[in-house]
Order: sequence, then C-alpha cells, then structure tokens
Amino acid sequence: MGRYLLRRLGFAILLVIGVSSAALLLTRIAPGDFAEIQGIDLSADERQELRRSLGLDRSLVSQYLSWLGGAVRFDFGRSLLYSRPVSALVGERALNTAVLAIFALIAATLIGIPLGIYTGTRTGVVRSIVRAISSIGISIPPLIGSLALVFVAARTGWLPVGGMTSSAGTELTWAAWFADLARHVPLPALALAIPLAATLERLQSEAIASASREPFVAASRARGVDRPRSILHHAWPVSLRPVLGLYGVTIGTLFSGSFVVEVVTSWPGLGRLMFDALKARDLFLVAGCAATGAFFLAAGTLVADLLLAYSDPRVRSGEAA
Amino acid sequence: MTRRAGLFLTGLTLLALIAPGLAPYDAGESFQNFLHAPPMRPHFDGLSPVVHPVVLADRLEQRFATDRSRTIRMPWVERDPAAPVFLLGADDFGRDVLSRLLFGARASIGLAMVATFGAVLIGALAGAWAGYRGGWVDDVIMRVADFVLVLPVIYVVLVLRAALPLTPLPVSTVFLLVSVIFVLVGWPFVAKGVRAIVAAERSREYVQAAQSLGAGPVRILAVHLLPACGGHLLVQATLLLPAFILAEATLSYIGLGFPDPVASWGTMLAGAGNYNAIARFPWTLAPAVAIFAIVLSTNLLASQPAQNRD
Repeated sequence: MGRYLLRRLGFAILLVIGVSSAALLLTRIAPGDFAEIQGIDLSADERQELRRSLGLDRSLVSQYLSWLGGAVRFDFGRSLLYSRPVSALVGERALNTAVLAIFALIAATLIGIPLGIYTGTRTGVVRSIVRAISSIGISIPPLIGSLALVFVAARTGWLPVGGMTSSAGTELTWAAWFADLARHVPLPALALAIPLAATLERLQSEAIASASREPFVAASRARGVDRPRSILHHAWPVSLRPVLGLYGVTIGTLFSGSFVVEVVTSWPGLGRLMFDALKARDLFLVAGCAATGAFFLAAGTLVADLLLAYSDPRVRSGEAA
Repeated sequence: MTRRAGLFLTGLTLLALIAPGLAPYDAGESFQNFLHAPPMRPHFDGLSPVVHPVVLADRLEQRFATDRSRTIRMPWVERDPAAPVFLLGADDFGRDVLSRLLFGARASIGLAMVATFGAVLIGALAGAWAGYRGGWVDDVIMRVADFVLVLPVIYVVLVLRAALPLTPLPVSTVFLLVSVIFVLVGWPFVAKGVRAIVAAERSREYVQAAQSLGAGPVRILAVHLLPACGGHLLVQATLLLPAFILAEATLSYIGLGFPDPVASWGTMLAGAGNYNAIARFPWTLAPAVAIFAIVLSTNLLASQPAQNRD
C-alpha cells in the first residue's frame, strides 16, 4: 500500500508540473502577448516598456526556469491581468468551483444511487418511467442543461440567475450571505448533476442487478433475510465496485462540465478565471490555474481509487486483492 | 448496434449535406423589421400550409402582433421579402432561425464528421501499430493515450485553441484548426480499443497463416486485423460525433470557434444572449434542442444491445 501511494504521489506531482508547464509554454509561444492584447492603445515604445516592467521581454527559457523555481516553493508569481499573487486569486476561484462540484456530486449521488438500486431490483411501470427519464437526463450535457435551466429560472423567477451571490460589493452578515449563496447554487449544480445522476443510475442499476443474481444473495434470502435487507446489506456492497470506479473518471467530467456551466451562469470559478487568463495571455495565471486543476484531478482520482480499494474487503483486511 | 450506428452516421452525413438546400432563406439574410420575431404557427388553408404574418407592435421592446386577417404561403412556394415566414422565429439580427439551424447543421455536423473521421483514422493506426508491434512502441503510445484520457477534454481543447491566434480567422482556417484539435483529443478513445483487439488477434491462426505465406505487417494490419476492429471503430465514431458537436458548440459559445456571422449551432447559441433575452426569445435556443436530439439518439443507440441481452 505504501509503495502504491508513493507511486501515485509521484504521478500526481508529474501531472501538476507537466500540465502547468505545458500551459505556460503554450501561452508563451502563442501569437500575441499580454502587452499586445491589453495595451491596444499604446505606442510600440510604451508596449516595450510595459513588457520590460512585467518581465515579458525575457527569453522563454529564463522565464520558464524562474517560474518553475518559484513554483516548487509554491510561489506561482503574480497575475498580469489582476496584479495580484496568482495563488490568492486561484485559491478563491478554486473554492468557488469546488463548492459547485461538491454540490453537484452530492446531488447526483443522492438522486442517482437510490434510483439505480430501485431500477436494478424492481420491475414495473415506475421502473420504466425512471429509466426513460434517465435516458433523457444522460443526454442533457451541461451546456444544454444550463441554458435550459437559465431559461426556466428567468421565465419563472424561482431561482436567481447568474453569479454566485446577488449582492456584489455590499456587506452581508454570514447568515445572509450563506442564504444568498444557497439560492444561487442549485441552478448551476443541477446542470452539472443531471447527466451525472443519470449515469450513476445506469451503472448502479446494472451493477446491483448482476450482484442480485449472485448465489450469496439467494442464500441470504433462504436464511430468512427480508428482501430490502438482502438487497441493501448483501447485494449493494458488492455492486459498489463499478460505481465507485466511475467516481474516479467523474472528476475530469465535472471539471469539463463546470467550465461550461461557469461560463453560462457567470459562476466565478476556476474555469472562467483560466479562460480570461488565456484570452489576456496572462501566462502565470494560466499556469497557476492549470496546476490547480491538475492537482484536483490527481487528488480526485486518488480518493476514488482509495475508496475503491477500501470497498473491497480483501484490501481492507490486509489480504492481497 | 454496428448496423444501426452505420445507418445513423450515414443519415447525419446526408442531413449535413442536404440541410442547407432545404433552408427557405440564406443564413445571413436579415430582415430589419423582424428582429426577434416569434415563431409563426403553420395551418392549412385548403391544401396548402400557410401562416399569419406578424407585424411589429413595439420596435423598442421587440413585441409583435399576429395579423389574423392575412395569410402568407410557405417560403418554399412563394417568397415575399416584405412578409418573411419564420417557422422557428427570428434571431437578434432578424435572421430566420430555421434557415440558420439548417445551415448550422452543415457547419456543426460537418466539422464533427471531419474530426471524427480523423480521430478514428489516427486512433486506428496508432492503436494497431501499438498492438501489433508491442514492446516500447506499445508502451509509449498507450502512455500518451492514457495521459490524454485523464485530462478534462474541454480544458485541453480550450488551451490548444487559445494557443492559436485569438483574432477572428477565416472560416476555413477555423474549420481546419478546430478539427485538428479535436483529433488530438479524440484519437486515444479509439486507439485503446483497437490496440486491445489487435493485440488479442495478433497470435490467432489466421494471422500466423498470413505471416507464413509471406504477408508483411502492413498487409496483415490492413487486410486482416483492422477489419476485425470495424465494429469497434463504428461504435467509437458514433460516440465521438456528438461529443465533437458539443465541443464545437462550447467553443463557439465562448467565442473561440466559428466567427460570428457563420451559422453554426455554437454561434447561434452564443447569439441567444443573456438571461433576459433567453427568457423572452426562447426560440433562439433551437440549436440546443437539435444537439439534445442527436445526443439522445446516440445514447438510445448505444443502450440498445444491453436491453436486448436482458
């Protein structure tokens, strides 16, 4: 287990450094730089001066090495666009994205898993209806879902549309801020959660159906265990393996989806920050966002793998799986 | 699944090819007095379908009133520039949403088709080479594929696209660049399966027979092994296509895809505008329905064999 963790940690570090370096270098060699894009109305001399003051006139190699030297000490430089340290900026926005992703993940789990257990173990009209709904849900990608939800919300006024809170710039008490946030979360979180919940339902349904056919489930019924208990205590734990496997893949999907949702609903998350940074050729901010994204990706996959391993009693009890 | 997938892909290709021909108006034709005109409901006058025209009631608020005293014939039959027919409404420039949807099908499906073809081709070649050669070639190709698969696709597309000029580019350049980017992120999905199939088939008797008859690796791959992957390639193509259509929509929505006047489903969604505009003129979201329909049919197609097995 120790060696496995060490290898995963090594992979995570490589992923973070590789992805952020690639993002930085790509942004650096891309046509047009920060001074050119931000300083449209500057003269050529003024632009050169701006470049010098921001350190953009250095060579690619020296720029990259000094960034890398800082990055390994968790100093990701300053954003050119916002004139703030990248780490502070990215930290705030990453938190916003995490709030969105976590709510979506919880909602999808709470909707998808119970429905999957239901459709996998029952027959009848309700099952067919749930399956039909999930067929539709799985076909609503976040872009389409968020546009549709924005339409519904703007038409009915049930939920506020756009942003994370409606009171930009005003001071709020913690309770009021939280209540405001709670009203803004459901729409983007739902747009992310719908296809995910449907996918979970599908997978859980198939997994528990095949687990229910195992002899030990029949044996538990023969011993006099009632049906709900035999499903939940005997079949379900065994069916968890493929379902937990999906969570590892989900982190990447959530990230991709949250970018789209953030753009459509003006959620101030990491995706929008990176998008703005890319457009402004703010290379340190791009690299910082990429590093954070890669970190979350590696961490998410690791947690999912650990959960997967833990769900297997042979691993839990120290036997070789 | 493979036969249905083949039919589905052929159908979509035909749709992309003939759709612009069915459009009643040109994609860029704008009617200044009909900005955000609502959809007109067709009804029958005798045997020919007709609609009631709408007239501007309030130019500032873009409100329209239906003139029930008059009827106009369908634009395919008779075109009157003063009384255009908007079966799916008009957008913010007074352009016919139906026509743009049909022209957009060519851009969106066409781009996705080209990218899918490229990704399947590259993925098949890379996967076949990896599976046939084994050893370090296999290791390198599959490591790269796994790495690409771990990354969130949209971000890779976004960063690669942003590394290219952000100023508006000619349509053909965008088409080419975006398809190349899609191929770069799409090929690993194909390569993994092809590699597995080729690696498993490589040691089968018919391959050994071909080898002993003196067939070279190229011939064995092209004639004997790749046909074994046909079903897999078709299934992957069916899965990649809607993903690429969606990716184009996303890129164009954020302004990094097709440039503005071009009709694609993404640029149309981008033109749907802010929350108020979406609430008042929901017909501008028509491309979202089209994308949903394509994704839904793909999913129903993919889940078909599973149901048959039960």
